[in-house]
Amino acid sequence: MNTDIVKKIKNRRLRSKLITYLIVIVFYVVVQILINTGNLSSLLTGLLVPICVYVIAAVSLNLVVGISGELSLGHAGFMCVGAYTSAFLSNVVGSALPETLRFILAILTGAVFAGLFGLLIGIPVLRLKGDYLAIVTLAFGEIIKNLMNVVYVGIDSKGLHVSTTSAMDLHLEPTGKQIIKGALGISGTPKNSNFTIGVILILLTLFIVQNLIDSRSGRAVMAARDNRIAAESIGIPVTKFKLLAFAVSAALAGVAGVLYSHNLATLNTKKFDYNTSILVLVFVVLGGIGNIRGSMIAAVILTALPEMLRFLSNYRMLIYAIVLIVMMLFNWAPAAREWRERVLSRLPFGRRKAVGKEEV
Amino acid sequence: MAILDVNKLSISFGGLHAVDGFTVSIEKGELYGLIGPNGAGKTTVFNLLTGVYKPTEGIVRLDGQDITGKNTIEINRAGIARTFQNIRLFKDMPVLDNVKTGFHNRYRYSTLTGILRLPRMHQVENTLNERSMEILKVFGLDKEADVLAGNLPYGKQRKLEIARALATEPKLLLLDEPAAGMNPNETSELMDTIRFVRDHFDMTILLIEHDMKLVSGICEKLSVLNFGRLLAQGETAEVLSNPEVIAAYLGQ
Repeated sequence: MNTDIVKKIKNRRLRSKLITYLIVIVFYVVVQILINTGNLSSLLTGLLVPICVYVIAAVSLNLVVGISGELSLGHAGFMCVGAYTSAFLSNVVGSALPETLRFILAILTGAVFAGLFGLLIGIPVLRLKGDYLAIVTLAFGEIIKNLMNVVYVGIDSKGLHVSTTSAMDLHLEPTGKQIIKGALGISGTPKNSNFTIGVILILLTLFIVQNLIDSRSGRAVMAARDNRIAAESIGIPVTKFKLLAFAVSAALAGVAGVLYSHNLATLNTKKFDYNTSILVLVFVVLGGIGNIRGSMIAAVILTALPEMLRFLSNYRMLIYAIVLIVMMLFNWAPAAREWRERVLSRLPFGRRKAVGKEEV
Repeated sequence: MAILDVNKLSISFGGLHAVDGFTVSIEKGELYGLIGPNGAGKTTVFNLLTGVYKPTEGIVRLDGQDITGKNTIEINRAGIARTFQNIRLFKDMPVLDNVKTGFHNRYRYSTLTGILRLPRMHQVENTLNERSMEILKVFGLDKEADVLAGNLPYGKQRKLEIARALATEPKLLLLDEPAAGMNPNETSELMDTIRFVRDHFDMTILLIEHDMKLVSGICEKLSVLNFGRLLAQGETAEVLSNPEVIAAYLGQ
């Protein structure tokens, strides 16, 4: 009957979402067991928070690249905004607030400012399409990074002092505190990030992204991606929804930045260059454009891989590149996809992905 | 009163008068045909009516409301929906979601309501599913609701496009060559569907078509365009026997 097919679609989507959450939770439990039994090297333990950072960044970028269909190369710029604004807040607030409350406030600050930047940059940038959009977002990402590089901010009893030349020009009172030190960045940010909080933020990101996709607004975003002219012909304000996806994605990248900055004693802009933007894009492309779960898995594997290959010393990056190519082929080559589907359908519990059926 | 009232609609691209003084008046519930040789300006008329192009001259009134020069989104909200000559579906979305997207401006809830899964979202989604399945059933697409639109066979893609346009609950439906690429069986089935849509949804339909069997079979009135100008207008049988129309378009 009619309602059966609707129910089937609903259940399939719900199941798909739950599986994604489950993967994250299982990953968390396994890592905790490994840590508690002393089976995780200290190098890998140190990578846990960065892994969470990249997972959040990859999932949020997938919202722009996969769901909204626009190629953005400036994602590190939004991470930078989130990292700096939140670290600034944590340093200013200091011990005036309880630690948990301060960190929650920092996360919100990072998300809001990165989201605002996303909105601000999105308004002019989203008038462009394809390669042009990619190039301009790349430029904006670099602009944000370089801007942060020259900003000096201090605080004293008279309030905030800002300069773009040098620390001396802040004219702080002797009791004043310098917070952003130009190219030296921000130091002394409290180390609030840990793996558990990282996983909670991943789950939160997934909750926002997955529910957004499966809603009226998400359909409008995807409709605009699939066919802009048709979307407008049925009354969807395409630019508004592209902007929505871009801003939400930027805000979530900001959250990744917060996690990153509260994991380091010293924060500077070096990490937020276009290499990071490209790296995050690689996670998205490798995991499957529009495939949230895939970009998550790609982020984990590719972040941990260089460390796990350390024993290969000089051959490390060579193997890394080969793994990249093999993963790409496995995910995208038509022959490999066919083979995968054949194997999957043979498994008793395997997903029977009939050709042409919806893939969430 | 006429649902669509077009007066001296014109557009020129550079020196070319693509449409020159197009005038038409379509009554509620009419099935109206727009025919003419290739390049006569038929699709340009559709693009003018739906705000893809801004007319250089003329007035378009929909149900008494002046919609001249408004953009596509505003015009759809005012009540004109269309299909395209080269099918434009949301091909990576399931059939059901294509229609649900059509209801975008009819059933609303905010982005935040959607993210937080508030009760209102479930309520609206249930209505949306119900109404979308109703429309899909009319077109015999209800069994394929979960198939990706891009994987439907050609004829069904054409139908889905009409279904999606109807979901915007328009006052006037524009069909751009709905039978293009269909075999005679599919075409006669489409004719039944178009008639059913008109009766069932109480719809006014303006269509462009080259298939004369379809045109003479279902259109009550016709306008014939040639080189951007009106060649003839009136009752279908009358227009099709007009010697000028025969000379310019139908051939001996």
